[in-house]
Amino acid sequence: MLQSIIPLAVDALANAALIFFVAVGLTLVFSVLRILNVAHGSFYSIGAYVAASVGLWIVGAGLPDWLTFPALLLSAAFVAALFGPIVEKTLVSWTYGKSEAVQVLVTFGLFLILEDLQRIVFGIQSVYQDTPMTMLGISEIGGIVYLNYQLLLIGLAGVVLVALRLFITRSRTGRLLAAVVADREVSEALGIDTQRMFMIAFTLGVFLAAIGGAMATPTTGVAPGLGADTMVLAFAVAAIGGLGQVEGAAIASIIVATAKVLAIYFAPSLDAVAPYLVMLAVLLVKPYGLFGSGSTRKI
Amino acid sequence: MSEVLLKAENLEVAFGGVKAADGVNLTIDKGEFVAIIGPNGSGKTTFLNLCTGYIRPVSGHVWLGDQEITRMAPRQIARRGIARAFQIPQLFTDHNVIENVMLAIASREGIWQAFTALDRPKYRAEAMELLELLNLGDYAETMAGTLPEGLRKLADVTVAMALRPQLLLLDEPTSGVSALERFPLMDTLMKAMKARGVTALFVEHDMEIVENYADRVVVWNAGTVMAEGTPAEVMKDPRVLENVVGIV
Amino acid sequence: MNRTLTLSGVALIILALAPQIFPFLQFTLTIAIAKGFAALGVALLLRAGLISLGHAMYYAIGAYAAAFMAQKLGITDFAVIMIAATVISAFFGLVFGLFLVRYRAIFFAMLNLAVSMVIYSLASKLYGITGGTDGLRVAVPTIFGMELSKDAFDGVLYYVSIVLVVALGYLIHRYLKSPLGNALSAVHSNEVRLEYLGVSAWSSLLTAYTISAALAGVGGAIAALSIGHVLPEYAFWTESGHLVLTAVLGGIAGIAGPFLGSVFLELIHTIAVGFAAEAWNMIVGVALLVVIFFLPRGLFGLFERLSGQKATDGEPKL
Repeated sequence: MLQSIIPLAVDALANAALIFFVAVGLTLVFSVLRILNVAHGSFYSIGAYVAASVGLWIVGAGLPDWLTFPALLLSAAFVAALFGPIVEKTLVSWTYGKSEAVQVLVTFGLFLILEDLQRIVFGIQSVYQDTPMTMLGISEIGGIVYLNYQLLLIGLAGVVLVALRLFITRSRTGRLLAAVVADREVSEALGIDTQRMFMIAFTLGVFLAAIGGAMATPTTGVAPGLGADTMVLAFAVAAIGGLGQVEGAAIASIIVATAKVLAIYFAPSLDAVAPYLVMLAVLLVKPYGLFGSGSTRKI
Repeated sequence: MSEVLLKAENLEVAFGGVKAADGVNLTIDKGEFVAIIGPNGSGKTTFLNLCTGYIRPVSGHVWLGDQEITRMAPRQIARRGIARAFQIPQLFTDHNVIENVMLAIASREGIWQAFTALDRPKYRAEAMELLELLNLGDYAETMAGTLPEGLRKLADVTVAMALRPQLLLLDEPTSGVSALERFPLMDTLMKAMKARGVTALFVEHDMEIVENYADRVVVWNAGTVMAEGTPAEVMKDPRVLENVVGIV
Repeated sequence: MNRTLTLSGVALIILALAPQIFPFLQFTLTIAIAKGFAALGVALLLRAGLISLGHAMYYAIGAYAAAFMAQKLGITDFAVIMIAATVISAFFGLVFGLFLVRYRAIFFAMLNLAVSMVIYSLASKLYGITGGTDGLRVAVPTIFGMELSKDAFDGVLYYVSIVLVVALGYLIHRYLKSPLGNALSAVHSNEVRLEYLGVSAWSSLLTAYTISAALAGVGGAIAALSIGHVLPEYAFWTESGHLVLTAVLGGIAGIAGPFLGSVFLELIHTIAVGFAAEAWNMIVGVALLVVIFFLPRGLFGLFERLSGQKATDGEPKL
């Protein structure tokens, strides 16, 4: 019994870890900026492309293989530094205070531009770079075989979740962010530089998406369309957890990944539908997600 | 013997332990013009919200004529004859003033008309007549969102009156209006309501307005009716002087 | 207003004559009209301030309904297929709408997206009904019992589509001027006041939502018959995004806007495929940003301004 459940659980959690990185970025950006960034999935795929390309270069240049690990994180940081501040300052900041329709459309426009940018820069061939995974190899505990890389993913997701929580509750910047989330107008009146907070939150969101993409590359190839597919999955997870809920995103990632893994094992034809069926089922009962609340109408 | 139009019986509602209505009993007769006064937070607006279904009481009943309307939604109560003007005017800002009024007329006549124009001679004539009654004739084609505050208040009342309500609820009709404009605004409202035979209940904090315009005053304190009577009677009541006038 | 009418008339005549002069344009313009219908549906909801990120599902439902009837039920009559596809899309719109129109803002967008992704995934997986990722082929329908060649049918389809643009466009125009249509933008500007007038925002929106699904279904059926093949990708969320984009690009104030946006996009697409196929999405994305930043009333607004007409007060805005 355990023999068959544990591999399933590890599979689900490793899947959940990857979804969590991108969904928590989306939800964080939403809670601070109150904007649903439709281009968020593109930062995931750009992170994946950059990480895979850098990894291939490291291996090709004959550098030590272990360098591919720091390369994953550095790639994500590079993508965040490259896109975060400039996209927030130019496009996103323009939509503050505008209607949701405008915000969604502007980020959709950005999504279209980024999609083609990836095609032009990285081509349409699938890019694959699995050195980190093959390097870590497998381990066998109690007769069960694990991919060590999957365990690393799960651990890293846990670290990111705890680090985010500590950042928000303990660090000065994190507390200021939380204040902006709680009440934007009062924060502004108290002299908090909200513009700077928006930029920090957006860049952090891009970084989280890119880290998700980078960490995914050793397990799967990167090809056009990855951004669009990831986007809807991140939507589903963020919506299930409740938009703006960090821990909600973590729990929702596990739920969605479990549903997906169960579907793959027991009803393969339903694996693609599973996340959305879960999303619909949750939203039918709790329209604002498991841990979210909708804004109320006021007179 | 006058005819009872609105009757509230033992209304109770609480927000997080604070009783905003604590056993309220109140009747309004047809043709009356009743003012509610009371300190801030005493539950005046809550009473309007209870009468219009925006919030539901924990217990108690509200009747309009002989129909009970206690747990109905705002739109059901609106259809039965209670219209409301708001402290902050609620207008369709993307429509002009006369379209706002015509939309109210259409709502009264039945909104389920999908192929006949809203802007038709019959509605336009009725809307124009009402706008002129409220001295807004010159602003018929102005966008509702760009009207000055005082006129927006009047437009809000016009929209409510276009429903031909039996009872009109006005929430602080003179708040946000300059001291000089208050009396002319009230004169216009009174003229229009008299002309249309509308019964009205209005929340007000300005004692001068209450003394000059109300037939009857209901004094509110801590979620309940503390005193009621003509303005002159109420102003003599020592409890009112201490609890309300001193604060207001 | 008369000027708009004249402009629309001229545009329709150009539309009707274009394939006679440039036959290769007929297919492009048929698809443009098909997507224009769906974009018009999206524009109706935008008037009420609701952005749907899932409307491509109704386009797909219309298309699949047409294909399914022709392939699996043996119904070949053009008129029956068109009407049934529209009714089926409207039915799905009504059923999903019962639940969806309770929500506003970003929640409305996301819930539509969720439903559309379920439809998309089901279309890709239910081989027995939808043909899975291979989709369904659509045979050439008969017209009142007559069998036509594909070429002849495409000609008929094109002109029927133009007639539908005029007929349905007129009905939607009437609807938008009516009390029920005005209630739509009233939901956007002040839902509280609307409820206090005794009007149910929910049922006004449900009506609009059902109509918008029907319009998308008409478009989907036209596309299915024209292309002769339907695929799950019709329902993918990026297609829904493109429909919103088309509506906003053209302008949501009138009936003509979404069609204008659609024709414009399809023509540019046809040109771009030749020399900048990889950059097509980028071109569209930049065009969208330019329109949002500089032309809040869309291309249609630009059109009117160039012809000397000024913006009317009180038209729906995003």
